[in-house]
Amino acid sequence: MSGESRGPKVASLNDLLAVAYRIEVDAVVRYHLLADQMETHNNSELLKVFRDLARVEGIHGDEIRKLAGDFDVVAHAKTIGKFSGESPEEADLSAAHYMMTPWHALQLALAGEDRALAYFTSIVETAKEPKVKAMAAELVEEETEHVGLVHRLLKRYPKPSETWADDFDPPVSQE
Amino acid sequence: METSPTISIAIIGSGGAGALTTGDSLLEAAGAAGWHGLSTRTLGPQIRGGEAAALLRFATQPVECMPAQYDLLVGIDWMNAHRFGAEIQAGPETLVISDPAGGEPPPMVAQSGARVAEVPMKDMAKAIPGGRPNMIALGIAGRLLGFTIEQISAPIVKRLADKGPAAIEASQAGIKAGFEAAADIPFAKTLAPPNKSLAERWLLSGNEATALGAIRGGIRFAAAYPITPATEVLEWLSPALTRVGGTLLQAEDELAAINMIIGASYGGTPSLTATSGPGLSLMIEALGLATAAEIPIVVIDVMRGGPSTGIPTKSEQGDLNIAVYGLHGDAPHLVLAPQSVGDCLFTTQWATYLAESLQAPAIVLSDQFIGQARAAIERPADVAFIGARTVATNVVGYQRYAIAANAVSPMAIPGMPGGQYTADGLTHNERGTPTSGAGDHRAQLDKRSDKLDRFDYGNHWATVEGDGDIAVLTWGSLTGAAREAVELAADDGIDARLVAPRLLAPTQPERLADLLNGVKRILVVEQTHGRQFHRYLRANYDLPAPVRVFNRPGPLPITASEIHRAIMEWR
Amino acid sequence: MSVVETSTAYTQADYKSDLKPIWCPGCGDYSVLMSFTRAFAQLNLAPEDIAVISGIGCSSRIPAYTNCYGFHGVHGRSLALAAGLKVTRPDLTVVVASGDGDGYSIGGNHFLHACRRNVDMTYVVMDNHIYGMTKGQPSPTTEPEFDTALTPGGTGVRPFHPLVVALASGANFIARGFSGQPNETAAILAAAIAHPGFSFVEILSPCVTFRPDERAWKDLVRPASVAATGDAAKAARRLMTDDGFNLGILYQGNRKPYQPATGSTAINLAELEKDFVL
Repeated sequence: MSGESRGPKVASLNDLLAVAYRIEVDAVVRYHLLADQMETHNNSELLKVFRDLARVEGIHGDEIRKLAGDFDVVAHAKTIGKFSGESPEEADLSAAHYMMTPWHALQLALAGEDRALAYFTSIVETAKEPKVKAMAAELVEEETEHVGLVHRLLKRYPKPSETWADDFDPPVSQE
Repeated sequence: METSPTISIAIIGSGGAGALTTGDSLLEAAGAAGWHGLSTRTLGPQIRGGEAAALLRFATQPVECMPAQYDLLVGIDWMNAHRFGAEIQAGPETLVISDPAGGEPPPMVAQSGARVAEVPMKDMAKAIPGGRPNMIALGIAGRLLGFTIEQISAPIVKRLADKGPAAIEASQAGIKAGFEAAADIPFAKTLAPPNKSLAERWLLSGNEATALGAIRGGIRFAAAYPITPATEVLEWLSPALTRVGGTLLQAEDELAAINMIIGASYGGTPSLTATSGPGLSLMIEALGLATAAEIPIVVIDVMRGGPSTGIPTKSEQGDLNIAVYGLHGDAPHLVLAPQSVGDCLFTTQWATYLAESLQAPAIVLSDQFIGQARAAIERPADVAFIGARTVATNVVGYQRYAIAANAVSPMAIPGMPGGQYTADGLTHNERGTPTSGAGDHRAQLDKRSDKLDRFDYGNHWATVEGDGDIAVLTWGSLTGAAREAVELAADDGIDARLVAPRLLAPTQPERLADLLNGVKRILVVEQTHGRQFHRYLRANYDLPAPVRVFNRPGPLPITASEIHRAIMEWR
Repeated sequence: MSVVETSTAYTQADYKSDLKPIWCPGCGDYSVLMSFTRAFAQLNLAPEDIAVISGIGCSSRIPAYTNCYGFHGVHGRSLALAAGLKVTRPDLTVVVASGDGDGYSIGGNHFLHACRRNVDMTYVVMDNHIYGMTKGQPSPTTEPEFDTALTPGGTGVRPFHPLVVALASGANFIARGFSGQPNETAAILAAAIAHPGFSFVEILSPCVTFRPDERAWKDLVRPASVAATGDAAKAARRLMTDDGFNLGILYQGNRKPYQPATGSTAINLAELEKDFVL
C-alpha cells in the first residue's frame, strides 16, 4: 500500500479507547464483507472463516467497551476522525480471491493484527499523557496476544500449493 | 360562372425567384378568407437558388392531398423545371402563365394541351423600383383565383413588417401590376365561396402541429439532434418548451438524444425527441431499453425516402417495419401514425398520453408530406388526453415491476424516500433485480405485453368511414387521398369503406375483423416498395376477403385519382 | 447540488442496498463502492436524492448495490441518460459510473460532449485497462503490447489518455483515485460531487481475474507531487509528464455549470397557439 494510514487525533484516553473500538468495528464490517463475497462465490469454507473472524473482532470490540467502563466509547467512536487510509485491521480487499484458502484469510488477519500492533506501539512512543500511554501499552499487549493467536491458527493450515487458484472452468461473460 | 369546391395552383421559379414565398402568401390569404388549404413544395438539390415549386390546393372543405393535375401553373421561370415533370401535371383545362424571358416551359406543359398565357413578369418587375417578379406572379395568381388585392397583400405586408416601408411599397406595387395584368386573362375556374364557420382558423405545418400536440400532451423535455425533415418539430419546441417551464437539450447525436429523454423521463418528466429514418435506426437499442425498463418516451419519426440516406426531402412510408419490428427480443411498444397535418396534433398528444399511461415508448410515424406541408385548417379541438403516469405513493416494500391486474406498476420518482430502485434493461424480477430465471422472464414479458393488450384505446385507434363492398385499407398521410378517392368512387356509384389505423401497434385483431365484416374486397394502399403495410396486416390480421395492393414507393405522392382508378378497376 | 442541514446523520450503511455484488473477490470495485458510500455519508446526502447512472460492464453494476435511485442503461450511453435526468431534475445529485470500455470506447463521443456541456454531475470511471465483463479484450487504456485472445501480441495502438481528453474538452474538475485507497478516493469523490459542473474522476481499479498483474498498481501509484490547479494550461503541462499513476485532484475549474433555466413560467397554452392563428 503506498503511504501510511495515519490515525485520527488522539488527545485523551477516551479518544484512544474510541479509536481502538473503531478499529475493531471496522474489522467486523470488513470481515463480514469478505464473508458475503465468499458466500456469493460459493466458498463455504471461507464463508465460515470470515464469519468467525468477524465474530472474534466483535468480541475484541466488546472487550474495549468493558475497558472503557462507564464511558460511552461507542458514541465517542462515531465522532472521532477516521484513518487517512484504511483502518489497521481492515483486511486488504484486493487480496481476496474466490478460491482463497483459510491460510490466505489468516495471512490477511495476521497483517491486520500486525498493523494494529504497530499503531498502538506508535501511540505508546508518541503519547504525552500518561493515561494514554498506559492504555496504549495495554492495547499493545492485547494485539500481541492476537498476533500470537493468528500464528497458532496458521499452524493448522499449511501454505497452499502453487496451484491453489487453478480453476479448470473458464470465466463466464455475463453481459 | 360555375364555381368549384376546390382549385389548385403551382408556382414555379428558381435562383432566388421567390416562388415559395408567393405560395405561402396565397395559402395565408386563402386561410384568412375562410378556405381550407394545403401547400407542399418540391425543390432541387441546391441549398439556395435551386429550382422550386410551391404546390397549393384550396377548398371549401378540409383538403388533405394534392391533385393529380393543377388548374393553374405560374412559371416565374422554367429553369430546370423539367425535373418536376412527374409531380406537377397539367391538362387541357390547365392555364399556364409563362414569362417569355423565363426559358421554355418543360415538355410536360406542351404535351398536356394546356393553354399558355404569356406575361412578361420579369420586365414588369424591373419597371418598379425594388420590384420582384414573384410579387407580379402573386398578383396574377391572386386575381385568377378570385382573391381581392387586399387579401393577397396582407400576408406580404405582415412578412415585410420589419423590412421597412420601401420594401412594402415595392411589393404592393408589384402585386397591383400583376393583379391588373391578370384582368385580361380568361380563366374558367372559380373557387366556391368559403363556408363561414365560427371556428378559429389556423395556419401551420404538420411538424408544428406535432410539436404543439406534444406540449398539449404534457411533454416538458425534448432532446434534439437535427435531421431533415424533422428538424422543425424541435425548432418549434425549443422556445415553446421554455415558455411552459420545460427544457430542450441539443444532443451530440441521436444515440445521446434518445438516452437523454429516457433519463429525463426516469426523473419524472414526460419527454420526446423527433427524428427521421436514419436517426430512428440509431435509437433502436435505447427504445428497447425504454421498453424493458418500462419508461415512457415519445419518438417522432418524420419518415422520408429510404433506405439508408435515401431521399431526405421526399416522403415515403418505409419505416413501418423498423418501427413495429425493429427492437431485438420481444419488445412490444406503441406505434401510431397521424393522418393529416391537423391530425399530427391529436396523434402526438394521444401518443404522449398512451406512453405515460402504459410506461412504454411510443413511436409516431409522421412523414415528410404531412410534416412539411402547411395547411389552413380549423383550430383543432382540445382533447382531454394529458399524460399522467401512475406514480408510486405507497413505498413500503416497494417493487417497481410488481405484477398487478392491469399490468401497469406504479413508478417511483427519484427524490421519493423509500422508492429507490435501479431501472434496468437486464431482465429483472418484480423488484427490478437482474435475473436469468425462467419464471421472472416470462412474468415480465407477459406484464409488458399484457399492459398494452389490456388497455382500452377507444375509437381513436382507427379512422373508419363509410360502408360498401370494398374496403380501402391505408394509413398515415395517404388517408386523405384515400378519403377523396372514396368520395370520387361514390360519385361513380361505388360505395367503399375507408379504414385507416391510427394505432399500428399493438395490433387490434378483433376490432379490425369487425370493421372488415361483410367486406368483399380489400384494397391496401401504401407508399412503399416492399409492401410493408400489407405484409404487416397479413402477419397480424385475418384479411377475410380478397386483397389487392396498390403500392408505390416515393418520391411522388399517391393521388386520390390513382386510388379512385384502382377502386373502379376492381368493382 | 446543495448540502442541506438536516437532523438526520446518514452513515455509510444507509447507502448500501442488500444486494450482494457479483464482482470477483479481489475486484477493486468493492472498494470503489465503499468510496461511494463514504463520500455520500461525508456529504450527508439523502439516499433518495442521489441517482447513480451507469452503462454496461462490471463497474456499471454498481447502482443496484447502492440504496440510491439507479439506472443501469445500455452500453456507453450513461452520460446521456444522466444529462437528461439532471437538466430536468437539478435537485438530484447525479453520479455516473462507467468503466474504461463503456466510458472511453463506445461512450467516447458522449464523454467529449459531457465535458464540453458541463452539466453538474460527477463521472466516475473505474479503469482497469481491460474489458472484464466480456472476458479480457483490450480497452482504449490497455497497453499496446498487452497480449489477448482477440489481439495476439497486443493491439499496437496507443492508449487513450482520459484526463487529457477531459481537460481539453472542458471538464470542470479532474482527478484520479485508486481503489486501493478507498478513504482518499472517498475524499476525492466528495470533492468532485461538491464541485459544480462536470466532475471527472478516474479510479484505477484492478481486475483480479483478467489483469492479475495489476496487483503491482499499489506500488506504482503515488500522491501527485503538486496541489490541484485551476489553471488549465498548468494542468495540461502536468499531464504531459503523467504516467497514469499520479493520484489526487489535478484540476478544479470555475466554468459555470450548464443548467437551462427551468421552473414554471407556466404560460397559458393559448399564448403558444397564437403562433398559428390566422
